[in-house]
This record gives sequence, C-alpha cells and structure tokens, in this order.
Amino acid sequence: MKRISVEYFAILRERAGRDREMLETSTSTPADLFAELQSRYDFPVMTSVKVAINDEFADWQHKLQDGDTVVFIPPVAGG
Amino acid sequence: MNEFRVQATAFNPEKEKLCLMDPSCGGFVTFEGWVRNRNDGQQVLSLEYQAYEALALKEGNRIIGEALTRFPIANALCIHRVGRLEIGDLAVWVAVSAGHRDEAFKACRYVIDEIKHRVPIWKKEYYASGDSGWVNCEACASHAHDH
Repeated sequence: MKRISVEYFAILRERAGRDREMLETSTSTPADLFAELQSRYDFPVMTSVKVAINDEFADWQHKLQDGDTVVFIPPVAGG
Repeated sequence: MNEFRVQATAFNPEKEKLCLMDPSCGGFVTFEGWVRNRNDGQQVLSLEYQAYEALALKEGNRIIGEALTRFPIANALCIHRVGRLEIGDLAVWVAVSAGHRDEAFKACRYVIDEIKHRVPIWKKEYYASGDSGWVNCEACASHAHDH
C-alpha cells in the first residue's frame, strides 16, 4: 500500500466534499486511482481530465510513489 | 517585467503598466477579460475563479517564456484574479511591450489563448435562476468553446 496525498479543485472538490485527503491505496497509476475515486465520489463524466503529480503535469500511466501528491485537473476555464 | 501571477485582490492596470515601459519599445498592447453578465443563454450574476496555484504559476510562467521566445517583444505580464468577482470586474489582464505593434499584438493574443487552454484555473458561474455551475465541467461540458 502507498500513501498518496490527493488535492481536489473545482467540481471535484465539491463532489468529494473536501480540499484534500491522505489515501492508502494499492493502485499503481493515476488512471487507476482516478477510477477508484470516481466510483467513491460520483465525479461527473468529463471530456479531458489531466493529472499532476507533485505539482507538475504527468502521464496517466506514471507509476505512483509512496508520498506523492496527486491532483486531478478537470477541464480548465480561466480567462 | 515578465511574469504570470494570480491574485485574490483587485489591481490597477495603470500602475502595473509602468513596469513594462521601456525606452526601446514603441508598441504596447493589452487585453482585459471582464466578467460578462451572460453565458450560454443564462444570465450570470457573479463568478468565482479557483486556481491550483502551484501549477498555475508554473504553467503561466512557461507561457510568458514561450511568448518571449516566439516573438521579438521586450516584456509580457499577465495577472489573473481568483475568488469571487462581480459583473464588469477585471478577471484577467495581459500586457505586452515591444519594439513594434505587430509582435505586441501577436504575443498578447498568444498569451491569452494559451492561458485559457492550459493554466489550471476554473470558473464557477452563479446564475439568476439560482443555479450555479463549473464552466466546461458540468452542464456546459457538451459545448465547451473558446470564447
């Protein structure tokens, strides 16, 4: 099991009901972790979600390490 | 001055402009994004911007760096507001100074277009109907667009 810190923004923050949490997970990639959280929190279906690990954009198949901070990035709408 | 920043408080573009002044520059272009009272047929009462600040600053500053590499400009600055904003408020400001106008216009356009597409900032609209929603994430997801 790995300890992963997850931070939530925008619609994901509202659905999760929290800004962040520390998770114990057996998932090995952000893709698997997102799928796990999607079923737990009823995240909406969105067209282009991205992921950041330790404050940098990352690949969905990147191997998670114990202590990583993960942020899922729903479609942005700045400007 | 070459920077992207986010801030929760209002700012004065006339003051910010001073740090882009340069004796080598003959052109200065700005873009102001204002909070509009309608979107997708709904009457909007107010907005909330939320940023993933650590990554927003990295990505925003990468975009400023790209503008400086791609176009022969002297300075580029972009300030994006976060938090609750009202109709007519200045939400985002891009300013570019350059030797000549053409590159200043092009770089300014480049910065605002890339910011909108790449920087992790989200917008929640509060409607007259009492509804609210995160733009591009909820009801609007099926017709996301770039204006």
